[in-house]
Amino acid sequence: MSGPSTYVPKSGFSRWMDSRLPLARFAHDTMLTFPTPRNLNIWYAFGAILTVMLGIQIVTGVVLAMHYVANANLAFDSVEGIMRDINYGWLIRYMHANGASFFFIAVYIHMFRGLYYGSYKAPREVLWILGVILYLLMVATAFFGYVLPWGQMSFWGATVITNFFSALDQIVPHMGSSIATWLWGGYAVGDPTLNRFFSLHYLLPFVIAGVVGLHIWALHVPGNNNPLGIDVKGPQDTVPFHPYYTVKDGFYVALFLLVYVGFVFYAPNFFGNPDNYTPANPVVTPPDIVPEWYLLPFYAMLRSVPQKLLGVLVMAGSLVTLVFVPWLDTSKVRSSRFRPLMKQFFWLFVVDCVILGYCGSQGADASLEMMHGMQLPLVWIARLGTAFYFAFFWLIMPLLGLIETPKPLPASIAQPVLSPAE
Amino acid sequence: MKALPLALAGLLLAGTTAFAEDMSEPMPPKDVHWSFEGPFGTYDRAALQRGFQVYKEVCSACHSLNLVAFHDLGGGGEGSPGIFSDAQIKAIAAGYKIAAEPNDKGETTDDKGQPLTRPGIPADHFPAPFANENAARANNGGALPPDLSLIVKAREGGARYVYSIVTGDGSPVPHGFKVIDGKYYDPYFPGRNISMPPPLRADSVTYSDGTPATVDQEAHDVVTFLAWASEPKMEERKHIGLGVMAFMVLLSGLLFLSYRRVWKDAH
Repeated sequence: MSGPSTYVPKSGFSRWMDSRLPLARFAHDTMLTFPTPRNLNIWYAFGAILTVMLGIQIVTGVVLAMHYVANANLAFDSVEGIMRDINYGWLIRYMHANGASFFFIAVYIHMFRGLYYGSYKAPREVLWILGVILYLLMVATAFFGYVLPWGQMSFWGATVITNFFSALDQIVPHMGSSIATWLWGGYAVGDPTLNRFFSLHYLLPFVIAGVVGLHIWALHVPGNNNPLGIDVKGPQDTVPFHPYYTVKDGFYVALFLLVYVGFVFYAPNFFGNPDNYTPANPVVTPPDIVPEWYLLPFYAMLRSVPQKLLGVLVMAGSLVTLVFVPWLDTSKVRSSRFRPLMKQFFWLFVVDCVILGYCGSQGADASLEMMHGMQLPLVWIARLGTAFYFAFFWLIMPLLGLIETPKPLPASIAQPVLSPAE
Repeated sequence: MKALPLALAGLLLAGTTAFAEDMSEPMPPKDVHWSFEGPFGTYDRAALQRGFQVYKEVCSACHSLNLVAFHDLGGGGEGSPGIFSDAQIKAIAAGYKIAAEPNDKGETTDDKGQPLTRPGIPADHFPAPFANENAARANNGGALPPDLSLIVKAREGGARYVYSIVTGDGSPVPHGFKVIDGKYYDPYFPGRNISMPPPLRADSVTYSDGTPATVDQEAHDVVTFLAWASEPKMEERKHIGLGVMAFMVLLSGLLFLSYRRVWKDAH
């Protein structure tokens, strides 16, 4: 799709360089002239937003690591030292902590956009799977990062999550707990755990950056999908990436950052848990151990299953399911714009994820107060939500493609854009 | 007419919550207002000074403030003037005894076996009232008075919660509620049994600025001070934030105009 290169080296040096390492040609073809569908909307700006957020996280993270001490006795105070004694340390830390939340806000919108417009369908399956891998890497990185301040939620969150592995004891006795011991570097979460989590938290973002490179490469081979979900037919359907999308993405990036800095400066602890301002204490368990908001739906699925091993498998399955989406969707049409049934189920799925998130945020035996003092345990809502989550991918997606009659597709991207349609 | 179903629903809800009221559940925190709320809120300097006095003369008998250094009282960066002047901070620090470094002979205790001490300097942190957790528990009926450096950020409900705990402690015990021996009734505390005796009384302190030292006033002042202790850079944060927000609004506006201009001919 990117077609033959249009780069013309202008100076003697750039000609010399071009025949040795054509970096300028690569940048020119991928970032300047790259033909991009002309109808991309706001939801397509989140790729650029995510790249910016990754950059912010890496830069602020590297600076934080200069002052942070990965030691169970010193970690909490070193973070408070950053907040109190290091010049603008509070700014760097709040940017990093809120940056994680906004990174996830952006990635969820990006994923839902991919689902809605069928961006995972041929020929973009590898692009989608790389995205799923990126998401999993983000979850792991965020989890390791949340442990580092060594507050109560850091410690107990790490304890709960690493204990998932001990569920494997139910398959092979001692296997799971041996894995957990190996992960901890001891018989409980402690100093060795903190040190290796810090090491991994520093490593994974660079792995993410590498996979982002592959993700963008895999995007540039077939080119962008678009809200109509139809293929680009010719040059009339596209515009060069620069200046059209550099300026459009730039505008949306600025808008997104505006909201982000609003939280950094005016509600920096909005996404945090107060318990994490209490130093980790292995002998005092907090009344409710809750993960960060972006993991709540998965936490709800885990708890909705009464059996530990099955719960862990359900949670893992909810993530693994995403890998198969390109083949679970049997429809010939990509965009939900032309899929009246899929459109409705998509929004049901979004609502389902929000409900699951709510269930995950509440205590384990919370219930909804109904009329006449009747109680509806939230775990039943979480069970329904979990069932719908899996049904959406494994039943509804394959079936809809067979039974749904899509609306007629436009002839080309240029046609509905150029003519004042309908 | 539109309001009727709403009112009915409200009645129903009120009925169910009254029915469901559980004495072991804490009451929601009192609705108090603070100088430091909102995007432009700052810490009331007079309240901080009075609140420091309450901490020093009342709370610090049992509660440490480990993360705060004396020089922190001297201002928190741009847009955040000091609570006390440098001379005042020196005097405040000198009033505390700090565990001394070993003397020339390498000793850390005097002839009588007591730890060596020296007067504090601004770089020192507030000394803790007890040497360690066991000493703190032994002096407080087995309970551990929490460090107050981050108390406002470490509790759901923040300043209002801490204010409610401090003023609600020792409230009249309702009929049918059994207070555990050695504990006190505090309706805002989880479980409503708190180990801390009611900490503030009218005139627990004498304010030099003439403000009447009621329990509410003392509590309001000390919670303002503790909110500052939890977030000493809040004023600098809001101050810089204003500039950053203005810059981002301007940048977004300019980018929007560029976007409109670049795309004008593309449609």
